[in-house]
Formats: sequence, structure tokens, C-alpha cells
Amino acid sequence: MSKKWIIVQIVAASLLLLIFLFPIWQITLVAPQYPKGVTLFIWLNKLSGDSPGTIQNINILNHYVGMQYIDEASFKELIYFPYIIISFFVLGIIAALTKKRWIVFSWVALLGVAAIFGVYDFYLWLYEYGHNLSDTAPIKFEGQAYQPPLIGEKYLLNFLAKSYPHIGTGLYAASMLLGGLAFWKSK
Amino acid sequence: MKNSRLFLLAAVTLTAFVLLPSCNSGSGNSNGGALSGDAASRVYVAPGEYDEFYSFVSGGFSGQLAVYGLPSGRLIRTIPVFSQDAEKGYGYNEETKPMLETSFGFIPWDDSHHPELSQTDGSTDGRWCFINGNNTPRIARIDLTTFETAEILELPNSAGNHSSPFTTENTEYVVAGTRFSVPIPQKDVAIETYKENFKGALSFVKVEPETGHMDVAFQILMPGYDYDLAHSGKGASHGWTFFTSYNTEEGNSLLEVNASQNDKDFIAAVNWKKAEEYLAMGKAKDFPCDYRSNRWDESTQMATSERRTSVKVLIPSECPGMIYFLPTPKSPHGVDVDPTGEYIVGAGKLSADLTVHSYTKMLKAIENESFDGEFEGIPVLKFEEILAGVVKMAGLGPLHTEFDAKGNGYTSFFISSEVVKWNVGTWEVIDRAPTYYSIGHLMIPGGDSKNPEGKYLVALNKITKDRYLPTGPELTQSAQLFDITGEKMELLLDFPTVGEPHYAQGISADRVAPNSKTFYKLEENMHPHAVKSEKETKVTRDGKNVHVYLTTIRSHFAPDNIEGVRVGDKVYFHVTNLEQDYDVPHGFAVMGARNAELLIMPGQTETLLWEPDRIGVWPMYCTDFCSALHQEMQGYVRVSDANSTTPLKWWLGKSE
Repeated sequence: MSKKWIIVQIVAASLLLLIFLFPIWQITLVAPQYPKGVTLFIWLNKLSGDSPGTIQNINILNHYVGMQYIDEASFKELIYFPYIIISFFVLGIIAALTKKRWIVFSWVALLGVAAIFGVYDFYLWLYEYGHNLSDTAPIKFEGQAYQPPLIGEKYLLNFLAKSYPHIGTGLYAASMLLGGLAFWKSK
Repeated sequence: MKNSRLFLLAAVTLTAFVLLPSCNSGSGNSNGGALSGDAASRVYVAPGEYDEFYSFVSGGFSGQLAVYGLPSGRLIRTIPVFSQDAEKGYGYNEETKPMLETSFGFIPWDDSHHPELSQTDGSTDGRWCFINGNNTPRIARIDLTTFETAEILELPNSAGNHSSPFTTENTEYVVAGTRFSVPIPQKDVAIETYKENFKGALSFVKVEPETGHMDVAFQILMPGYDYDLAHSGKGASHGWTFFTSYNTEEGNSLLEVNASQNDKDFIAAVNWKKAEEYLAMGKAKDFPCDYRSNRWDESTQMATSERRTSVKVLIPSECPGMIYFLPTPKSPHGVDVDPTGEYIVGAGKLSADLTVHSYTKMLKAIENESFDGEFEGIPVLKFEEILAGVVKMAGLGPLHTEFDAKGNGYTSFFISSEVVKWNVGTWEVIDRAPTYYSIGHLMIPGGDSKNPEGKYLVALNKITKDRYLPTGPELTQSAQLFDITGEKMELLLDFPTVGEPHYAQGISADRVAPNSKTFYKLEENMHPHAVKSEKETKVTRDGKNVHVYLTTIRSHFAPDNIEGVRVGDKVYFHVTNLEQDYDVPHGFAVMGARNAELLIMPGQTETLLWEPDRIGVWPMYCTDFCSALHQEMQGYVRVSDANSTTPLKWWLGKSE
């Protein structure tokens, strides 16, 4: 690998660290009473909202249909995801330093597989929250689930739920793309 | 000669009063003025859109301050100030009761006349709105980030706080001249000893620039006249405040005649910078007195009332150069200073003319000592020496003047029921527009500041009569909106108001709206009885006092079942609203409460005292429709016999 592509691979790996600075996903709930929407941000290591009270406010809305409380502590991912990303960063640097194309390729492939697992994990959580409803919920509709879409928009009763990746995911994708480029172009 | 003129004036006045109503008998009325077809669209604010201006309109004898959007005239909030408001729990809950404390005890009402916005460099800055309490002399300060009354200061030695609370250019002071002169200090004397015993106090209330906290910096002990209105100088005349007076005759009975005899009364020009010098020199005397300073602390969500027992008083005869009298014809009511600060307009309310004094001429007359005698050590300046001009035969009964940004004055005429537009400088009348009926004050946003936003004029009328659908003998009060962007004033809209709209202030919405809070942060709530989560809720007993630490969140109280309360207990419900979202207040009401409800904003704690006088199980519930399960937001308090041993217990959601 030429020096140029080694640097590209180092940049690719370093982009992963920037993910800590941005949310990876966002879910916005819009209703007539919430014209600007209520937005939940999912980060590598935490949850936040568009206001300090957002998570409480979403939980208050969710409790009418018996959804579980959203609580950071219930997501083990928020603890181990940061380690995974840091490991990927270290592996990416090592891959660059080995100057071996197949190692760089393996690294990109690893990121790809992790991404698939990550999205699947996210889907499972959405499914869990949308379907695991309390028996004593004040508002119950037979057969109704409240699972937000993975990507896209969907009406959940009176709320339009919009789910889209955020900058963090973009950085992850850019990291893979640059890694892939380093592998592809350096032959 | 003088008597015959007075008679003529009285005759004209009488005629005007008699004619006014008769012009408009019959159903409906056609006095809409020449309304052009698009007037409706010019006041129309589409659903979801905002008004361009806030206007703060005094609630008069309702003791409140109402907030309207302009140009729509829509009422958007009523702020309780001097009067208890059961709707909001103001003056009923334990936190706000101290706001209405005075040296006379708890006073649940007052008569509020003049809102005044705080100013920076002569322009409204959107921080605070002040308003006077007339009957039990007080000044209130409303915080425009929360639209809540943040402070009420009682004024000692004052009686009828009418010429108040007009501000200086940088809100250094808000002033308060007494309408009634009284014995100072109060004593039991024959009313007929008025001339000998009665004095009028002009108070200068210092406003702390950061917090807005008010304190009486000093008072000036004036002759026993009636001090009516005031305005401070601006620009060049910054440092002076002008107070109108009537009853320079010092009558004490049948004032409508006895106070109307002198051809001229006075505008008192107070050089408050000079007064500050005398204060610094130690010229002020400490007068013992008794008054209250009531302040709201946003962090503890609680008001405290503090007693004050002394005030600094300056005596004009001992402070030469501090005050001069400007003779002004016929019981001047309003005194208004034009945006440049040069012209001081006195509206002799029993006259047809407006008298305009010149600030530079006034200074020159003082320098040349062009005096025409003195009263109690206060030199009277020669009328001709200070006169800038007269707006002649402009109308009948001039009261108040505001200004636009183009060099025009707009004066209200009560008797002839009209607004007259005139040129500042040429003193020529440009236009006149009738008002329905009998206008008192008028308001142009920023119209008494250095920077008028002269787009609209609001006429604040004293008489409503047939302008709205009849509602029995008691009618709504009434205001009217004019467009003043053109040469001619155009009537656009009538809108009803809460209480008598004495005066108002207007300000561009963009100077206020961005600072408006959406809710109180729970973590900043330092209320001593606040609970921050349902886990902390509890009920405690201390002798006969039971403290219930209650929380609200959609859609339940925690706890919602309480037992162990006894007849004769004082039960304090300390209710904390745990919500942290915009517009999610909860209400709290308990059956048999002899005070009011609570209306608790998100993050706030309020306390209702309940004194159950009979056994039983009594319901409590949320009064503000909060959610789909609002109707389920309820609970019970069990009240046992005074000697019962029912243990104190409380719970939420325990199902056995």
C-alpha cells in the first residue's frame, strides 16, 4: 500500500472517534399538539432529547398505551458500544500500519458485519418497545403495536414517528467507505 | 370675567355630556367612522400567526394587568397583580399571600392605572412592566420572562398613588406622586386644617438594574396639592421628572369647584440628579414610617414580605435648585415629554388648549431667575418665559399625549371624545378622529419613549354604552385601535378590555417573546417543601399541622389516597408539578377548601391550606385538563374525628 492510502485508512479509522460527538440515530414524534415534534437522540453511550425533559415527556406519552419506560440503564449496549468502536479504531490503525490490503479489507468487512448486527439489535429494541405492552395500560387497541420504523415514517395512533440515522451513522458509513477506498485503490 | 369663562366651559361640558349618548340611541350604531373595506384584513392575524405587538393594558379597578396582542386586540393573558385571583391561586396560596401584605395587613384588591415598561437609553427593553396600585399606594413589577408579579412595594406617606410608576430613561427610578395630600406623618387633625397640616409626597423608587428590586430612595415633601401624572425627561432633559398638580387652591371639599378656581396650576419640575446630590450631602431627614417590601423569589417559588420603618425625605425649601413650578393652565392632567426631550406638554383638562413648555427655555428661565413668586420655597417660573407654544382650540378636555416617530403628537380629549393629531413645533392640528366614547389615555407602542414605534394608536375609552351587544347594566370596558401610518388616523378595530383600561404600554413582540420562559426547571426548584420525585412524597404531622408533599404528573397525584387527617387540622398540600414540558400545568382542588385552587406550572411547587371541619372522605382532583386521563387524576383524603387514632397513611396505586 502506498503512503497515501495508508493515510486514508488512518483517517477512516479516526472518523470512528468522531462518532462520540454526534447522535447515531434520531426518532421524532410529531402530533398536532407537538408541531415541532419531540425528538429522541440515540448516541453511542447515552440517550438524549431535544430538551432536558424529552425522555420524561416521551415516557409520559408512552405510558398511556402501556409501553415500557425508556431508561438508559436498560440498554447494556450504551456501555459496550463505546468499547467496540474504540476497538475498531485501534484495529483500523493497526490495519493501516500493517500496510496489507487484505487486512484493511477484513477491517472494512468487520465494520460491515458489526453494522448489520447493530441495526438488527436496534430493530429488536424497537420491536420490544412496540410490542411488550403492559396488561394494565389505560389505552388498549386489540392487535395494535407501537413499533417505530427502522428508517422512515409511520403513524402510531396520533403520532407520526420518524426514524432516521444521524451524523454518527454517517461517520461510520464514511469510515467504511474510506477504508474500502483505501483497499480498492491501493492495488 | 374669569367666572363667566368658567360658566361657559361648564355649559359646554354639560352639553357635550348630554349630547353624547343621545347621538347614539337606537339599535346598533353607525359610528364606525369611515371604515375602509380592508380594515378587517389589517387587524386579522391568521390562526397560528402571532401579533406584531404586545400591549399591556391596566385592569383599572380589577387590580390586574391584561396583555393583548396588537393589531388583533386578542386578550392573551391576564396577570394578577394587586387582586387575588382564585383562578390562579394568586393571593390564596401560601407562596403568593405575602405579595399582598401591606402596613394595613393583607389587602386583596387595588385599583391599577398605569403600566410602564422598563427602558434602557430611553427605549422600552422588554424586561419588566411596572404598574401602580392607587388605593393602598403601591408599585408592582411584573417580570416579562414569566409574566408574573415579581415584586410589590408599598409607598409610605403617599395616599392615592396616581402619578406613578413613570420611569426615567434607564429605569434608574420609577416615580410615585401622591394624588391625595395627607398629614405626614398621619395624625388625627381637623380636615379643615388642610392648608396647615397636609402635604404631598413625591417618591423616587430606585430600581436595581440587575434584579429589578425596588426601594424608596427618597421622597420630596411638597405643598398640599394633588399630584396627578408624571413623566421623566429624556435625552437632553434626562435627569428631570415632571409632575402635574391640581388643587393648588388646597381645597378639601367639593373639589370639582374648589380645585378649579386657579387659572393656572403647576407642573412640578424635579431635578432628581440635584436631589441625589442633596441626598449624598446628608440633607435628607429620616422619617419614621411603616411600609412593606414584598418580593417573589423565583428559585424558592415563594414571596416574602419585609417591613420597612424609615424613609429619607427632602424638603424643597432646604434644597434650592431641586424643584421649580411651571405654571400650566387649568388643572393639568397629563404631562408628556416628546421623544427629543425638549417639549413638555401639559394638558389642562378644563381647557381647550394644550400648553407646551420648552426645556431649554426652562433652563434659561432658571438661570435668569425669571421667577413669578414661590410656594414653600419652590420658585414659580414665569409662564411666558418657558412657553414653547400652544395647540389652540384643539378640542375639549385634553388629557394625555403620545408621540409618533415623525414629529407628531396625539392628544386624547375626554369631553369632545376624540384623538387630535398635531405637529410638534408648528402646534397645528393635522387631523382628528372621534372615539367611542370619552377617551382617557391613549397609547402608541413606545409613544412615551425616545423611540416611538408609531404604527398603531390605541384609544383607551372610559365609556362603552352601545358598542357591544348589551350585557345588562354592567358593560365591558372598551379600547379602539387606529392605524396612524398615514396623514389621517384610521379606525380599525374595537376590542373589549378587562377592567377599566386606564393606560397601556406597547412593545414589539420580538423584544419580549424570545425571553419568555416555557417552564421552570425542576432541578432549580429550591422551594423548601418541593419534592423532586414520587419516591420522596410523604405526609407528616406536626401537632395540628399536616404537611402533604404531593406530586403531579400525567395523570395522577402521588400519593392519591391519604388517611389520618383529623377535624381541626391545618392541612398544607405542597404540590410539586413534576412535568418538564411546555404548557402542562396541573390544577389542584380539594372539596370544602375555603380559599381557591392551585394552578401549578411545570417544575413549580405551590401550597394550599385546607382546614377540614367535618369527618368524611373528601375528594381532590386536577382542575386543569392535562391529558387523556385527566378525569382520572383524582384522589381521596379521609378525615377522622379530632380524637381519632387513625394512623397517618398515604399511598398510590396500592390495590388490595
